[in-house]
Amino acid sequence: MSSSTLRIQKISGHAGPVPGQGTQREETVAKLIDTTTCIGCKACEVACVEWNDMPFRETVFDNTYQTMPSTEWNYWTLIRFNEHTHDDGSFQWLMRKDGCMHCADPGCLAACPADGAIVQYQNGIVDFQQENCIGCQYCATGCPFNIPKFNPHTKKVFKCTLCSDRVEQGLEPACIKACPTGCLHFGTKDDMKALGAARVEQLKEHSGYQNAGLYDPPGVGGTGVMYVLHDITAPETYGGLPANPSVPWSVRLWKGPLKWLGNAAMIGGLIGVTMHYLRFGPKQVKEEGEGDRT
Amino acid sequence: MTNGWIDIKNTDMMLIMGGNPAENHPCGFKWSIEAKRQRNAKMIVVDPRFTRTAAVADQFLQIRTGSDIAFLGGLIRYAIENNRIARDYLVHYTNAAFLIRDGFKLPEDGLYSGFDAAAGTYDKATWNYQGQASGPAALPASPAFDLKLEDPRCVFQLLKQHYSRYTPEMVERITGIPKDQFLKAADLFTSIRKDGDMKKVGTIIYAVGWTQHSSGTQTIRTAAMLQLLLGNVGRAGGGVNALRGHSNIQGATDLAGIFDILPGYLKMPAPGDATLKAYLDRTTPTVSKPGPWDSWNYWSNTPRFAVSLLKAMYGDAATKENDWAFHYLPKIDRKYSWAEIWDDMYRGTVKGIFAFGMNGVAIGPNSRKNIDALKKADWLVVCEIYPDETSEFWKSPGITPEQMKQIPTTVYRLPGAGFAEKDGTFVNSARWLQWKNAALPPPGEARLDQEILARIFLKVRELYQKEGGKFPDPILRANWNYTDPHNPSLAEVAREINGRALADVTDPATNTTIKAGQQLPGFGFLRDDGSTSSGNWLYCGSWTEAGAMMQRRGTDDPSGLGIYSNWAWSWPANRRVLYNRASCDLNGKPWDADRRQVWWNEAQQRWVGNDVPDFKADSKPKDHMGPFIMNPEGVGRLFGPLAAFADGPFPEHYEPTESPIDNPLHPKQSHNPMAKRFKSDLDKIGSVAEGYNIVCTTYRLTEHYHYWTKNNPMNVQLVPEPFVEIPAELADEMGLRGGERVKVSSARGQYIAKAMVTRRIKGMTIDGKKTYQIGIPIHWGYRGIAEDAGKTSLTNVNQLSLAVTDPNANTPEFKGFLVKLEKA
Repeated sequence: MSSSTLRIQKISGHAGPVPGQGTQREETVAKLIDTTTCIGCKACEVACVEWNDMPFRETVFDNTYQTMPSTEWNYWTLIRFNEHTHDDGSFQWLMRKDGCMHCADPGCLAACPADGAIVQYQNGIVDFQQENCIGCQYCATGCPFNIPKFNPHTKKVFKCTLCSDRVEQGLEPACIKACPTGCLHFGTKDDMKALGAARVEQLKEHSGYQNAGLYDPPGVGGTGVMYVLHDITAPETYGGLPANPSVPWSVRLWKGPLKWLGNAAMIGGLIGVTMHYLRFGPKQVKEEGEGDRT
Repeated sequence: MTNGWIDIKNTDMMLIMGGNPAENHPCGFKWSIEAKRQRNAKMIVVDPRFTRTAAVADQFLQIRTGSDIAFLGGLIRYAIENNRIARDYLVHYTNAAFLIRDGFKLPEDGLYSGFDAAAGTYDKATWNYQGQASGPAALPASPAFDLKLEDPRCVFQLLKQHYSRYTPEMVERITGIPKDQFLKAADLFTSIRKDGDMKKVGTIIYAVGWTQHSSGTQTIRTAAMLQLLLGNVGRAGGGVNALRGHSNIQGATDLAGIFDILPGYLKMPAPGDATLKAYLDRTTPTVSKPGPWDSWNYWSNTPRFAVSLLKAMYGDAATKENDWAFHYLPKIDRKYSWAEIWDDMYRGTVKGIFAFGMNGVAIGPNSRKNIDALKKADWLVVCEIYPDETSEFWKSPGITPEQMKQIPTTVYRLPGAGFAEKDGTFVNSARWLQWKNAALPPPGEARLDQEILARIFLKVRELYQKEGGKFPDPILRANWNYTDPHNPSLAEVAREINGRALADVTDPATNTTIKAGQQLPGFGFLRDDGSTSSGNWLYCGSWTEAGAMMQRRGTDDPSGLGIYSNWAWSWPANRRVLYNRASCDLNGKPWDADRRQVWWNEAQQRWVGNDVPDFKADSKPKDHMGPFIMNPEGVGRLFGPLAAFADGPFPEHYEPTESPIDNPLHPKQSHNPMAKRFKSDLDKIGSVAEGYNIVCTTYRLTEHYHYWTKNNPMNVQLVPEPFVEIPAELADEMGLRGGERVKVSSARGQYIAKAMVTRRIKGMTIDGKKTYQIGIPIHWGYRGIAEDAGKTSLTNVNQLSLAVTDPNANTPEFKGFLVKLEKA
């Protein structure tokens, strides 16, 4: 949902200048998820469903505490539960709140061909504008985190908005408000990075997690949702968090060189048609047989 | 809790055992996380499963359910052997120095001195201090003691001898925790008292994982003793902290929702108490302390509390002449605990039951017996917001339509109001009375609990008026002076519970006078001459002339310790940490200057502080008054003398009633000799020999709240179906995969659900035997969204559990029993 008080800095499928781009610097917001203090209580899941007024979906038992296999069009955040046994036999039950990462360089936006269906506000929030969505699901192809989900009934794609409606009013996202342990933090990207870095140091020094680290992958330009992980060298163990996510080359190619190639081909075609017209004039239609119609 | 939720943030060390706060108390658990983040506090989690709490712990130990005393006893031994004890605290604030009578015998063979095998009872005469006592059941006024703690009969030496048997090897045999893991945890937990340094503090946090065993009370006592040894009680970030499993369980206990107490933990009258005096003589303790020391013995005020309670209950009908209507109170001749009531109903002596705010069939152990008991009852009244397993017991699985017609029980369903539709207080685990407002009115014909109860009471009273009865006075003359007698406002009831002056009352210490009719400011004003009334002395001070203390919302916390003394109101006397005198050394100086709760102010000659001192304000340190003012000794009890505990002055490990092994400490006395076993045909006890070879425990999930939320689509979405957690190793042996249906059977019943195969429970070696534990969340039954949709087998977990009860708290042993596991 678009909002006049949030300034847009990028627009999907849109040529030409972005209205208001660069007129005023706004601080980038970010969510920091400290997986080392997450207890998997799912308060964030419930808060998300309730704030966004989402219809319930039927779930089935799947040998796990995890509510469902992945996020859905009406379930934007999901704790992923993973039982992980280390090589030395030690065991961890890892819990990671999954959802849109709000990439600085969003693959979904890059892939989207519909003008204005995906926007990135200057505060960094990547937001889907369903009224402009054409349901092509190219955004899903562009996302390295498998986040955008298609609603087959409305033929629109949905994902976490980082509660842009709350953030524009100066509130924190609903999940942050609901988190009982304070493992979810919200603030400026710089502050969250500093907080994350301090926590990482504490984990190294006092909890014996020598590989603790802050997940803010450069392949997508950094993310508006960052994780503190016990082991930054093995993000995959947290329910398939990619080690080096990036926008797929096909999307880059398509929306980069291929787009221009396509545009060139199209323009070339138009030029050809025009030249043909100029050279040969309009197509002559014979008027014979008109009297047969009566 | 001796302390409170927020206070956990002040700790350096947490032992979380018998509880899974991340799962069941996620909001309160934030303070454990806070301690980790802000103080680098360490967290040790001991549980039969790797839980959500274990996921954020520094060390996790998998224990066999029901073996907690062995583990804690091992910690006691470790602390003593490695001199990680608080020596001064121990000598001066506990009964470590007291000498015990010569006839007292430790339970090397599993039995303390005085056991009568034929009667199954203990003669506790030897369970006493040395010294002149007024009778066999009385403590000596001045017990003998040895401050050097060297006398072989002193409590400390006996304690040391008793737990010397709890070696790391023995701990491993009983609990299944490998010796090296145990030693690592023992070293970590007791590291706060390295070289006796008193600065650091540790807390112990538990819930019903400790309570619901045949030795539950003694488990909690072992924790309390360990905390006394380490000098952790009374201190910010310390204590023994029970997490209450429902929003108002603490309030229900305070107001005597239990058979053996009156409000404010006054003892219940017994048939032998012919007069009020006899009752008060029996229940009011007399001082028992070393000669040079002082002891406040706060329970010496019992007569003031009791008479004020009688005035609140019977008003003008309670007069000096009629013993303040003491004879109106029921007298109990035996135990009437939960399990006893259902047993009585099953045997046909209890004819009806009111089930308010609880789903009796589902929450009790051995639910098949409970269902059969209800079939025999004449009537059942259920006040609920949903039809539940209790109100629909007559159509529980296995009952045919023909059989249903044969069930004579008349069931009355009353539409109650939900918690958000009522105002009133919740009393939380931290003993805070917190007022809440109703969010919306009850829907349709639903009524507030107090209206339903008031209307029933007034109707019963009307019947007594019309028809008389054997003893109508307690009903006819009960005090019922509410503005709207049919629907008393809870604010009015709260004021009544606080209490008021019936005549002018003056406090001689401060020379303050409370005029007749005014609300009392605190229990110090209560009198035993009928000039005050109070429904619960502990709550006196919660609603005073200054207003509703329980409604306060002040958020100032000048000390930074999270005391928040202007937020709501905490019993007793708005004190946030109990026994806080013990946070100071003998001279009244805090053990840790950074966490100052109370201290002795030499200039004012008073105890002052950030918290309300739990102490006689003008008692000089040199008078050596003990900080444990509720004990007649004034000190904490490492040794529980005389009738304090039914099953022994020191806790001893006994095997759960259903156990895979004989007790390695004394195989001939494997179980708690005092635990109550019921005799009915449905109270069967299973054994390994009969094929019940797997240890089973039960618990709750974050996603559900007891047996209600299976009616709420949101909760059902989060966890849709019942399941059984099974170790991956065991599943491999059985060729079982996650999601397949399994049948769990005990000697009492069976349970069918899908398997959750997990590596969070591992196989264990118990006394040399390979042993598996499985776990089942309790939330499902035969009435709910999944149940109504036919997605469950409609069985109830408590079909499996057994009703053997702990002899002190009478809590059934839900948490550990034996089962068979098969593919269904």
